Amino acid sequence: MTDLTKLTIAEAREGLKKKEFTAVELAEDYIKSMEAKRALNAYVCETPEKALEQAKASQTKINAGQGGDLEGIPLGIKDLFCTRGIATTACAKILQGFVPPYESTVTSKLLAAGANFLGKLNMDEFAMGGSNETSAFGPAVNPWSKDKPLVAGGSSGGSGAAVAAEMCAAATGTDTGGSIRQPAAFCGVTGIKPTYGRCSRYGIIAFASSLDQAGPIAKDVRDCAIMLKTMAGHDAKDATSAKEAVPDFEKVLGGDLRGLRVGLPKEYRADGLEAEVAAYWDKAAAMLKDQGAEVVDIALPHTQYALPTYYIIAPAEASSNLARYDGVRYGNRVDGEHLEDMYVNTRTAGFGAEVKRRIMIGTYVLSAGYYDAYYVKAQKVRRLIRNDFVEAFKQCDAILTPTAPTAAFAIGDENMKNNPINMWLNDMFTVAVSLAGLPALSLPIGLNKNGLPLGMQIIGRAFDEETVFKTAFVLEKQAGFKGVK
Amino acid sequence: MSGMIIKGKTGDWEIVCGLEIHCQIISKSKIFSGASTHYGSDVNQNVSFVDAGMPGMLPVLNEECVRQAVKTGLGLNAKINKYSVFSRKNYFYADLPQGYQITQFEHPIVGEGFVKIELEDGTSKNIGIERLHIEQDAAKSIHDISPTKTFIDLNRSGVGLMEIVTKPDFRAPEEVGAFLRKLRSIVRYLGTCDGNMDEGSMRCDASISVRPAGSSELRERAEVKNVNSVKFAMQAVEFEAKRQVELYENGGEMRQQTCQFDQTTGQTKFLRFKEFSDDYRYFPEPDLPPLVLSDEFVEEIKRGMIELPDAKKERFVKELGLTPYDASVICENKEMAEFFEKAAKGHEAKKVANWLMGDFFAMLNEKHLSLEESPISAENLGNLVELVSKNVINGKTAKDVFAMMAETGEAPEKIVEERGLKQVTDSGAIEKVIDEVIAANADNVAAYRNGKTALMGWFVGQVMKASGGKANPGMVNQLLKQKLG
Repeated sequence: MTDLTKLTIAEAREGLKKKEFTAVELAEDYIKSMEAKRALNAYVCETPEKALEQAKASQTKINAGQGGDLEGIPLGIKDLFCTRGIATTACAKILQGFVPPYESTVTSKLLAAGANFLGKLNMDEFAMGGSNETSAFGPAVNPWSKDKPLVAGGSSGGSGAAVAAEMCAAATGTDTGGSIRQPAAFCGVTGIKPTYGRCSRYGIIAFASSLDQAGPIAKDVRDCAIMLKTMAGHDAKDATSAKEAVPDFEKVLGGDLRGLRVGLPKEYRADGLEAEVAAYWDKAAAMLKDQGAEVVDIALPHTQYALPTYYIIAPAEASSNLARYDGVRYGNRVDGEHLEDMYVNTRTAGFGAEVKRRIMIGTYVLSAGYYDAYYVKAQKVRRLIRNDFVEAFKQCDAILTPTAPTAAFAIGDENMKNNPINMWLNDMFTVAVSLAGLPALSLPIGLNKNGLPLGMQIIGRAFDEETVFKTAFVLEKQAGFKGVK
Repeated sequence: MSGMIIKGKTGDWEIVCGLEIHCQIISKSKIFSGASTHYGSDVNQNVSFVDAGMPGMLPVLNEECVRQAVKTGLGLNAKINKYSVFSRKNYFYADLPQGYQITQFEHPIVGEGFVKIELEDGTSKNIGIERLHIEQDAAKSIHDISPTKTFIDLNRSGVGLMEIVTKPDFRAPEEVGAFLRKLRSIVRYLGTCDGNMDEGSMRCDASISVRPAGSSELRERAEVKNVNSVKFAMQAVEFEAKRQVELYENGGEMRQQTCQFDQTTGQTKFLRFKEFSDDYRYFPEPDLPPLVLSDEFVEEIKRGMIELPDAKKERFVKELGLTPYDASVICENKEMAEFFEKAAKGHEAKKVANWLMGDFFAMLNEKHLSLEESPISAENLGNLVELVSKNVINGKTAKDVFAMMAETGEAPEKIVEERGLKQVTDSGAIEKVIDEVIAANADNVAAYRNGKTALMGWFVGQVMKASGGKANPGMVNQLLKQKLG
C-alpha cells in the first residue's frame, strides 16, 4: 500500500469515505512518520496511543456512515493550545509538567469534528521568536535542510516542519506577528492567519491578546480551508471572538479571478528584501494577472512603523499576560526566603532570554512616565496602519506580498544571535497585517537558488478569508510547487 | 453645620477627607467567570479556571454585575457612562492569580454624582461622588495556619466589586459616619451590595488631610486602609486629623503616606510613604472589548428603580406627617420602612412611628431579634394603635397588650377580647367605683375639699386600680372632679 502520509486532508477524506483504507491505517502511517523523523524535533510530546484510540472511534463512525468534517484525520497541535490531560507547556521551562484539565475551544472543535491528535508540536517559548530556537525543547529542524540544519521558522516551527515532513495531515498554529505565515513559508507549506476574532482564543496560552490568532498550517490551500472552517466560529468564552458566520471556505475554491483587483504595496520593496524574493513576487503578480486579475499599485504609507509598533504592543501585553507564571499555583517553582524571592527565583529560572527581553520591554513601555510616549503612541500608529489597509482595500480586493524577506536561515545563525533586531526584521511583511487584524495566507511560490522554499502572502479584508482562499488557490495551481522530496 | 474645627496652638484647623469604598456586588456568579460568589463556602470551592489564572483562560463579563453597577450609579444620582473601558492593574501578589487586577481606570462606568447626608443638628449636606467603577476582587491570603507558609483561598478571587470614590468633601468624622450609613442604606435598598462591613463586603479607605480653617488649599494626605466599621472610620478620621495638626504645629512636614487603622487603640499607624508605591502599569484590558451600554439597557434599569431612602423619607414626612428625624431613622433600613408602611396603613402614622421607634425597637433589642424574627407583625402593631385611637383600650392597657403580643405573637384584638381588657366607658360603672373609693377614704376626701387639690392624681390612681386599669382615664378624671366637688 502507498504511504498514506502523502495524502492531503481532502484526499484522505475521500479515501476514508470510499473505505480504501481505515482511519487506523492512516494514523499508523503518520505515527510511523512521526517516530521516524524525530531528528526534526517537531513534536515535543507524542500521543500515539491516544491517536490510535481516536482513530478506532473515528473508523466506527465512518463505518456507520457518520462522522464529522475531519473524521479520522491525524493532526499535530501546537503546544500553545491547552489539551485536556496532555502536557501543555508553550515550550517553556516554567510550564514544565503542566497538564491542563481543560481543552481549548479550537482543539475541542477539531476533536468534535473527528480529528485525531498525534501530539504536541514544537514552538518558540510562549510563541516569542521567529525561528523556534527559543523553545525549551530546542529548535525544530526545517525538513528542507541540506548540509547544515536550518530553522523551521517561528513561532509555529514544529507545525511547519511536521506538515512539510508529513508527520501529520495538518497542524494548528497561532500567529501573533507572523508565527503561522513565516514558518509556513520557510517550510514550503501553506498557512493562514484568519481575521482577528475568527477563532476563539479560549485555552490558547496568551502571548499578546490583541494580536494572537489561531489558524491552520496544512499541505495546500484546500486543506487550510477545510481546517479553518472547523476551527473558526464565535465562542461565548472569548469576548473578542467575532459573531460573524463562518462560510464554507472550500466552496469558493476553483473560480477564476476575473474582476479581482490585486494590490502590490510599494513600501514592501524594502531594504533587506532579497532579489530572488522580489523576482518571485513579480512572477506571482504576473500569474494572477494571467488568470484574469487586475494588478494595481497601492500604498501602505505607515508600513515602516509596523515593526516598532508591534514590538511595543506585543511585549506590553505579554509582560502582563506572563505575570501569572509566578510559581504559586502550577508549573515550576523555585523556592525563596520570602514571596518576592520565590517570584524572582522562579521567573529567573523559568523564562528564557527572549521571553525575559520582551517582559522587560513590555514592563518598560507601560511604566509611568513612558506609557504615553510608547504604548499610547503605538496604539495611535496601530490605528494609522489599520487605516492604511482600509484605504488600500478601496482600490483592491486582495494584497500580494512576499511572506518573509529571505528563505530559512541556519540554526544558530550568528547574524541573528548577535542582534535580536535582525530576527525581528524577519517579521517585516507579516506584522502590519497582524496589527490591522486582517486575514493573510502564506503559500509556497517556488525555490530559491539554494533549493529552499519561498512564500507569498495574500492579505484580505477583515472577515473576507474567502477572497484570500480563492486567490491563493489560483496562485497555488499556477506556481505548481512540489513539496519536500 | 460647617464641620469639625480642631483647635490648635497656632489656630483653627479643618479636616479635608475623601473616601474610597469597595462594595462587593451582589450577583450569583463572579464578574468575569461562572463561579459562585457564595460567602462562607469551604475554602477553594468557588473557583473556576479563570479565577485561578490558569494558562489560556479568558474573562467574560457578567452582565448582572454591570446592571448592579448602573443601578447603584443611579442610586448615587450619578452620570451613567455608556462607554467604559476595562484596564489591567499589574502587580504581583500571591492572592492575585493573574498577576493583574481587571478594573476600570480612565473610563469608569459611572461618573459624578452625589449623596445627601443628614446630620444630628438637623442640617443636611451633599457629598460629591467622583466615580464608580467595577473590578474584580483578589483572593484571600491566610497567614495564620503555618508559621512559614501563606495559604490562599481563591473563593473571593474574581468576585465583582464596585469601587466608589467620593470627592474630598468631608469636614467632620460625623459626616463620614453619616455618609457610610447612607451609602450602606442605598446599596441595601437596591440589593446591589449587602453592606456588611464586618464581613468585608463593604470596605472603606479614607484619605485625610488638614488645613487652616477657611483656607482652600489641599495638603499632603494620609490614606488610611481598611477601616471596617462606621465607628472605626470616624475614629480614624478624627485621630489622623489631630495627629497631622500636631505634626504641623510642631514644625513637622506631612508626606503622602499610607496608614493602617488599629482597632484596639483607635489610632492610625504609619505603613509606607506613597512616593515609593508600586507603578501599576495600567493599560486597556485586551481580552475585553470596551463596555458599551445601550440606551434601552439603562432605561430599563431606570424604570425598575425602587424608591430610595431620601424619597421615602420625604414622602413619610409630607404624606404621613412624620418628623424628619423619625422618618430618616425608619427609612435607613428598607425592611423597617416597609414594615412601618404596612403597620401604618389605615392608622395614625405618627402614633405607629412612636410605637415602632419606642416599645417595638426596645422589644427587638431586648430579645436580640431581627425585624424578620419579630413576634409582632406589622398588621398587629397597626391594629394595636387603632385600638387605642378608637378608645377600645387605654394607653396603659396598650402597653400590657403589647407585652403579651411580644410573648405570644397573638393579635391585639384577640388578647383584649379574651382577657376582658376593654376599656370601661360606662359612666355608671365608673361612678360606682368612684363612690366606693370616696367612701373608703373619707380623710383624703376631706383634705381635698380643704384645698389639697394635688390629691386628685392619687384619687385617679385609686379608681384606675380598682377598675383593673380598664376605666377610661378621661372619664375617671371628669367624674371624680364632679363627685369631689
